[in-house]
Amino acid sequence: MTAPRTLFDKIWDRHVVHDREDGQSLLWIDRHFVHEGSHHAFAKLRERGARVSRPELTIGIADHYVPTRTRDLGRADPQIADMVRRLERNTADQGVRLFGLNDPRQGIVHVMGPEQGFTLPGLTMVCGDSHTSTHGAFGTIAFGIGASEVAHVLMTQTLWQRRPKRMRVRFDGRLAPGITAKDMALAFIATVGADGARGHAIEYAGEAVRGLSMEGRLTLCNLSIESGGRCGMVAPDETAFAFVKGRPYAPAGEAFDRAVEAWAALPSDAEAAFDREVVIDAAAIAPTVTWGVSPEDALPIDGTVPDPARIADASRAAHAREAIDYMGLRPGQRLTDVAVDRVFIGSCTNARIEDLRAAAAVLKGRRAAVPGLVSPGSMIVKAQAEQEGLDRIFTEAGLEWVASGCSMCVGMNGDIAAPGERCASTTNRNFKGRQGPGARTHLMSPAMVAAAAVAGRLADVREILGETA
Amino acid sequence: MQPFVELTAPACPLPLSNVDTDQLIPARFMSRPRAEGYGDFLLHDLRREAGGALDPDFPLNAHPGAKILVARRNFGCGSSREAAVYALADFGFACVIAPSFGDIFASNAVNNGVLPATVEEAEAETLLAAVGAGAELTVDLAAQEIRGAGPALRFTVDPVWRTKLLNGWDDVDLTLSHAEAIAAFATADAAARPWAQLRAERGGGSA
Repeated sequence: MTAPRTLFDKIWDRHVVHDREDGQSLLWIDRHFVHEGSHHAFAKLRERGARVSRPELTIGIADHYVPTRTRDLGRADPQIADMVRRLERNTADQGVRLFGLNDPRQGIVHVMGPEQGFTLPGLTMVCGDSHTSTHGAFGTIAFGIGASEVAHVLMTQTLWQRRPKRMRVRFDGRLAPGITAKDMALAFIATVGADGARGHAIEYAGEAVRGLSMEGRLTLCNLSIESGGRCGMVAPDETAFAFVKGRPYAPAGEAFDRAVEAWAALPSDAEAAFDREVVIDAAAIAPTVTWGVSPEDALPIDGTVPDPARIADASRAAHAREAIDYMGLRPGQRLTDVAVDRVFIGSCTNARIEDLRAAAAVLKGRRAAVPGLVSPGSMIVKAQAEQEGLDRIFTEAGLEWVASGCSMCVGMNGDIAAPGERCASTTNRNFKGRQGPGARTHLMSPAMVAAAAVAGRLADVREILGETA
Repeated sequence: MQPFVELTAPACPLPLSNVDTDQLIPARFMSRPRAEGYGDFLLHDLRREAGGALDPDFPLNAHPGAKILVARRNFGCGSSREAAVYALADFGFACVIAPSFGDIFASNAVNNGVLPATVEEAEAETLLAAVGAGAELTVDLAAQEIRGAGPALRFTVDPVWRTKLLNGWDDVDLTLSHAEAIAAFATADAAARPWAQLRAERGGGSA
């Protein structure tokens, strides 16, 4: 009889190549995604004259820099085109499969990975992108790494890591109607802070998590890094197995059945110990929006901008003052009085088909009061949305429907907001300048962004939907 | 990699919390090759006034020659971009002192010979005040001490990172010494978890 173990520990233990006395473990990596931004790591390999050790476990995807309004690199900004071509060259030189700009399966790495069946329960997955935590939705250890580590994984298919502490975040009870995984994540981050889960592997549990679709779980795990967590996971169950079954790169037939047997043993044992437990009342979560410049600056939509003068801690008060100043808000201002200039629906956080359906449900038969961009998470999501007629709902509302990429989440491809512009966004970071120099970002769910588009200000989606009910 | 043992140098106060990697280096600069140097991009937008000129009052501009940076909690949160560390290192910083760091940033820092030194929040405030008044600091990694701002302060750093920094070690060489264990693991794993394997695509390159 072995000691009770958590989901995280079961997967970790299975991947240890070598344990060192000082507490570092050399872990085997099952899947490694590279993108245009991985050029620094490929350059390190060239410096050493090294080859990719296991190219079949490495997957290249063009997403961070790809233009969304054209797929013709000849018409794109030359610097951006160069980044996409550099990825093509690096992956071709090293024999790594690539889902390039004009591949019909191209998409944001954290949307495309699960879609193609690269993401499976029980794996270790890394990528030079902090939102790699997304894949934990399947019960996999997935986390972002820097360029030196990317180069290390390319050369050795392993990574040195210290076992993090384990944290369980339990969402008790059921979500109220209209509340989504995005609201759960923002509520959690506001509770513990942007460094609250630092040094911890998070396992999301509880009735409200079990009730989420895979899309919802992907959103929840995606935002783990915004609480400082090393990774975020949900125990794999029938919902996860059903999603994986039949995906192009997932095991099939007898191999799938054997895999499910292994996956079913992964959930944390009943008596497994966690270093920290956070309990959140899911039924009490309201539609949540950010007001400041850190994802921890999140409040229910019926709230008001905090008053720094009432914050006792000096450094926290200073942060609030800075944030309010940058965001052009007033202490005590009602969030629903904050006018927005544009909206963005997209990113690895919230650009899956369910997200687009939720936004379209609000926009159907309505006009957006402000301009905005809708960028599906992958070209497969785009095709699906067009088959369902969602693209027409967005364009008839006055929003622009474009191709897939990281787009306005990080602004690397030139999709940005102007200085001082305020954007209601389904993305993951409201950092200063993230959506363009001087741009102001408010994070929220796709339905809430759609509500803000219709109202021209931050708005409670339940009120807008209630108007027609 | 250059070892980090002890550093006595001017320091720069950055009294901000949650200094994310988008602040440390805005995404639009990251397509440049490292050889061009990333120092000019460090805190690019925060350092400048609306018109683009350097803001003389911004700490980084007011403390030229600083090699140690002191900040508030959650320094380096956000994206995994190692370019954030390239910008710090190329600007001249070899050490950042803060009450907490983003995990990925801290790991990237160590991989580039930059020491992330963790102190208590109150100690960070003490250091911010002292270096704001012009104090030079000594960061002694062997003793895990910061001197120069009143009584010596003890900082924490992962012991493995400490050893790595003190010796200037590179992970890849160390890992390659375990090549046999890695190969043995891969062989056993392929048999034990056939469902977890991926096959190479014919011709490699484009899928």
